[in-house]
Amino acid sequence: MKSLTRLLAATALTLALGSAASAKTLVYCSEASPEGFDPGLYTAGTTFDAASRTVYNRLVEFKHGSTEIEPGLAESWEISEDGTEYTFKLRPDVKFQTTDFFTPSRTLNADDVVFSFERQLKSDSPWNQYVAGASWEYSSGMGFPDLIKSIEKVDDLTVKFTLARPEAPFLADLAMDFASIMSKEYADKLKADGQESMLNQQPLGTGPYQFVAYQPDAVIRYKANPDYFKGKQKIDDLIFAITTDASVRVQKLKANECQIFPYPNAADVDSLKSDSNLEVMEQEGLNVAYMAYNTTQAPFDKVEVRKALNMAINKQAIIDAVFQGAAVPAKNPIPPTMWSYDDSIQDDPYDPEASKKMLADAGVTDLSMKIWAMPVSRPYMLNARRAAELMQADLAKVGVKAEIVSYEWGEYLEKSKAKDRDGAAMLGWTGDNGDPDNFLDTLLGCDAVGGNNRAQWCDKEFDDLVKKAKATDDQAERTKLYEQAQAVFKKQAPWLTIDHSKVFMPMQKSVKGFVQDPLGYHRFDDVDIAE
Amino acid sequence: MQRFLLSRIAVLIPTFIGVSIVAFAFIRLLPGDPVQMLAGERVVSPERHAAIMHQLGFDRPLVMQYLSYLWGLLQGDFGTSIVTKRGVAGEFFTLFPATLELSLCAIVIAVALGVPAGVFAAVKRGSWFDQTVMGAALVGYSMPIFWWGLLLIILFSGVLQWTPVSGRISLLYYFPQATGFMLIDSLLSDQKGAFGSAVSHLILPSIVLATIPLAVIARQTRSAMLEVLGEDYVRTAKAKGLPRSRVVGVHALRNALIPVVTTIGLQVGVLMAGAILTESIFSWPGIGKWMVDSVFRRDYPVVQGGLLLIAMIIMFVNLAVDILYGVINPRVRAR
Repeated sequence: MKSLTRLLAATALTLALGSAASAKTLVYCSEASPEGFDPGLYTAGTTFDAASRTVYNRLVEFKHGSTEIEPGLAESWEISEDGTEYTFKLRPDVKFQTTDFFTPSRTLNADDVVFSFERQLKSDSPWNQYVAGASWEYSSGMGFPDLIKSIEKVDDLTVKFTLARPEAPFLADLAMDFASIMSKEYADKLKADGQESMLNQQPLGTGPYQFVAYQPDAVIRYKANPDYFKGKQKIDDLIFAITTDASVRVQKLKANECQIFPYPNAADVDSLKSDSNLEVMEQEGLNVAYMAYNTTQAPFDKVEVRKALNMAINKQAIIDAVFQGAAVPAKNPIPPTMWSYDDSIQDDPYDPEASKKMLADAGVTDLSMKIWAMPVSRPYMLNARRAAELMQADLAKVGVKAEIVSYEWGEYLEKSKAKDRDGAAMLGWTGDNGDPDNFLDTLLGCDAVGGNNRAQWCDKEFDDLVKKAKATDDQAERTKLYEQAQAVFKKQAPWLTIDHSKVFMPMQKSVKGFVQDPLGYHRFDDVDIAE
Repeated sequence: MQRFLLSRIAVLIPTFIGVSIVAFAFIRLLPGDPVQMLAGERVVSPERHAAIMHQLGFDRPLVMQYLSYLWGLLQGDFGTSIVTKRGVAGEFFTLFPATLELSLCAIVIAVALGVPAGVFAAVKRGSWFDQTVMGAALVGYSMPIFWWGLLLIILFSGVLQWTPVSGRISLLYYFPQATGFMLIDSLLSDQKGAFGSAVSHLILPSIVLATIPLAVIARQTRSAMLEVLGEDYVRTAKAKGLPRSRVVGVHALRNALIPVVTTIGLQVGVLMAGAILTESIFSWPGIGKWMVDSVFRRDYPVVQGGLLLIAMIIMFVNLAVDILYGVINPRVRAR
């Protein structure tokens, strides 16, 4: 045993000496393995952190720490009067990364942009099916193949997108991960070598970090891109140490095996905060948890009944029990960090007595209902079952008998869509692009009935407001329309809005310049580490 | 011996087909499908859902799917992951060395400690040593692996800081993985301290994974020894004045080993099950974690291919155990 201890001590010493001598390295304990490295193919945030936010850039970018749009690879853009033509002027002299596996011979041009989109939009593109079963989830899911009529190269540094109809969120869409710009030259070389699938395994872009190596389920290594057009990063080596268990991530951070990690367990946050070497950042997430009544079924088709049920439930108690306070009660369907959030809206107060009376006035007695609880933990709702039990107890106090039902996750998602669903279904949403449309129309629009609109709620006034907002790109005008839509929503109460969960980011105090991202990305551009 | 071997190998063929059917059917019996899982809260329209399922070939009748799967298998094609778009066999053999390395270390620990502990417990039956070992074995056997792993991490990595928390080697070391076995690769790498780092990373996970097999082996060895120690020939050996070490070590142990070897062979399955949890706790990039992730994603090709490959390995280990049996116990051969 003594010799073992000695061996371990020696190892620890070697490690300590080793780290003092090395270049500036930041280790991020990421929560899962990326699915691949072509952001167009996937939808998981983990993949985007590992591929699009490190290796790639887009025409326009989300400002660090916000959902606003700023120029990216496009220096400037013009939108035609009718909102259907977007002309982007590319930044000149943007170099692609030079790596062990590829040396670019030219800088970024319009061909790269056309290539990056056409492979996703055109089923006859040779790159459309370069991996079997490529479904281009985001691009198709957001209707890009129908929306984009054409993408033209006007000259080497000018690209024109022509849309089938005006679409206000289009710019925000282009800042999303699937719109990352790839090197056509690199793709051509892979094709010539018969190595197409490497595009999804060895990414090459213009971004702040360049890809070095990936050991599946273990480590991803990057180094700073010396040619990055915004200047070389201060960190030389960026390492993602894939650590799936949240409790183990805590131990790794405390042992300084990594310097920063995402998604701590709510129960660990207090102990992390009390550690003097650590800092815990927190922010309200771009998410919402809700319970959708089926507004087509009696008695939930009556506004008074929905309001009365909302007033019977003590949200704060749910937040305290399920999140240990790491969430805020929700009153609107969009989170407070999103533009156009209307803070002046009054939530339905928790008032069991009034609730009881409203139910009686509406002629509802002996109501029994089902509460659907998700079988899995989601960022916006850590424990749906527990939340449902609390709701059940609250409802019992106003004389409503609630039965909790649940299914396996895939089945839950499928069955909860049904128009004739029996009961109120708990679910939630995490924003994709920071645009209110991505919540209001996606989850509550008339087109989404039988799909994402689990309340089966089609309200003409609400739908008109949201559709009108989609068709204009004047943000002040859109804000006004969305505020009105939120008021209609609250009046009609198709959901019990439950919470917006907080997102925590624990790190060593030596990490400087990390900014929490409202869209949930973990970005390491402009991050530094004190030696 | 040859006939014995052939008969054993012949049994493998129907087993292989049986396992391939089970592996194929198992993942499809679960509700939900890969397209739905990939979309999550995002709703996929029925048309798009059908189109993607068609692209993936999952809209064909199950029998056709199975036959084309089997046809691929016969040509050595285990399919392609829906998610990562990489070949299943390729992914398996990238990750398998990590699992194998961990499992081998665990089984070595379990045998090296379990067999002697069992033997001594049997010899000193009823003593404080016997009772302690059997008590510890019972606790070890009942220990939830996940909790046990975390406990060890908090004690040895957190409080005492003797071992690293997780991973296979310190991230400072970076070298090509020639064999996939970190102990060997770190030796080959010529990087100073790499081997020590790999060893220190292996200690806690191997202990955690060894816990259940260790307990089982110790108990099995003890009861087998007790039975043998009561046999007439042992009494005879003692009576003829042989030293005790020879009676126990040669006459008794060799016969007691037969059930113990079977137990050790059966522990391979236990190790695979334990590896899933152990790998998750220690961020160990092996096939356990890979399989679990794939089940959640309904990545059909990975789950069926992975199950089949694991089953094949277990089948071959069992075959080896049978052969070893024949070597230890000639009566088996004669049958």
